[in-house]
Amino acid sequence: MDSPPSTQQGIGVEVRGLRKSFNDHEVLKGLDFKVEPAEVFVLMGPSGSGKSVLLRHVIGLEQPDAGEILLEGKPIQSSNVLDEYRLAMVFQSGGLLNSLTVGENVGLYLMEHRLKPPEEISRIVTENLELVGLKGTEDKMPSELSGGMKKRVAIARALVTEPQLILYDEPTSELDPLSAVVIADEIAKLNERIRVTSLIVSHDRDLAFGVADRIAVINEGKILTIGSPDEVKRSQDPFVHDFLNTTFKRPQRR
Amino acid sequence: MFQNVGEMVILLWRTLLALPGGWRQRDKIFDQFFEIGNASLLMVCILSFFIGGVIALQTGPVLVERGLATAVGGVVGISICKELAPVMMSILIAGRIGSAMAAEIGSMRVYQEIDALRTMNISPIHYLVLPRLIAIAAALPMLVIFAILVGWLGGAFVCSANSRIDISFPAFFTTLRHIVEIKDVVNGVFKSFIFAWVIGVVSCHQGLITIGGPRGIGRSVTKAVVNSIVIIVILDYILTRLLLR
Repeated sequence: MDSPPSTQQGIGVEVRGLRKSFNDHEVLKGLDFKVEPAEVFVLMGPSGSGKSVLLRHVIGLEQPDAGEILLEGKPIQSSNVLDEYRLAMVFQSGGLLNSLTVGENVGLYLMEHRLKPPEEISRIVTENLELVGLKGTEDKMPSELSGGMKKRVAIARALVTEPQLILYDEPTSELDPLSAVVIADEIAKLNERIRVTSLIVSHDRDLAFGVADRIAVINEGKILTIGSPDEVKRSQDPFVHDFLNTTFKRPQRR
Repeated sequence: MFQNVGEMVILLWRTLLALPGGWRQRDKIFDQFFEIGNASLLMVCILSFFIGGVIALQTGPVLVERGLATAVGGVVGISICKELAPVMMSILIAGRIGSAMAAEIGSMRVYQEIDALRTMNISPIHYLVLPRLIAIAAALPMLVIFAILVGWLGGAFVCSANSRIDISFPAFFTTLRHIVEIKDVVNGVFKSFIFAWVIGVVSCHQGLITIGGPRGIGRSVTKAVVNSIVIIVILDYILTRLLLR
């Protein structure tokens, strides 16, 4: 693989008529939306609504039954389109390789593709870990980290690839509120700093309204509404209204 | 079943295509090689010593009673090097190493580590399968050579210690040398080389297709070991038939 170019500019993503079924169960029922370059786009929806499946399509881990995904206008099904742009994904579980140290995880992409000499990889790893507030954790194993730290290591690993598009799968799930704020802060800062396109799937309302330029709400494989955070808040769709406003109410004690 | 066979053939083919890049993975190959050898050497010694002993115990008295004492060393020697060492050691390695391969790759698949590799444009075949296959293909034949030598020692020990057989160490190895040829040892080692690829491909394939959580990993491990053993036994017959010519 060729060395990635040094310029870093977010790329546009377009999803057209995306359909996917698993065992006769249709998970995605014809999704259409567009993410502009350098935009933070959050796709919200309840668990099981097809959000993660959509992300897996965008990064080429799943093949659609129908429809297409375009990066800068080029369908990813065409050969080499996924190699042409630098994409990274932060998995819900972090997706860190448990047999490698934190430093080895972060430097894995550069090491495996022989893109830099070992000393430089070590420097880049340290810089990126520092960027996500995890300085000095290079020699720790993933099992020694908390959930929030694992996600931040996953973000550092994604940054090493100098991505033009970062996909986040439920970045704040399973985190305490303070760690969730730290992650949301990291995502917002990254977008400011490197102007990367961010596609986030989440059911965390605070994250979505805190970092998104635009939000789409998805349910049962269909997009119900799409727009700026204010526009989505004003949506008349009953599901969207309930999804954004329902809070737990403790039953009254007698 | 046919889908699995097809997938395994494709996995083997892709791994063979990746072989020229094997040198780049030398650290991982050495780690795996050390893991296989280190984890299995003691078990190989114990198993092969007692297999040699049992064969001597089963055949020795029968042959000696019929005045065929000069054949004992040869019978024990040839059955160990051509059949028992390669097959039994392969079954041992399928249980000990094949299960570990399926479990490790299976858990990497379940916990999205393999997806993470793919998103970094790192091929799981280059990164995970190739080092394991090269390591097992190199380690198993070496373990089998070791098992043959220890098995012969076990047979010789029982022959000299058992009063119903009563064949001395030098006499045992003299008769063994008369009957066992170098090509018999090569046959056994060649079989184990083929079985090593079977264990590696079946186990890595099961790991890569693992779905579900811990239960899925358990299922993959069981399938990896059982399928490896079944294929080894069937292939053993076919190879024996071909090598008899």
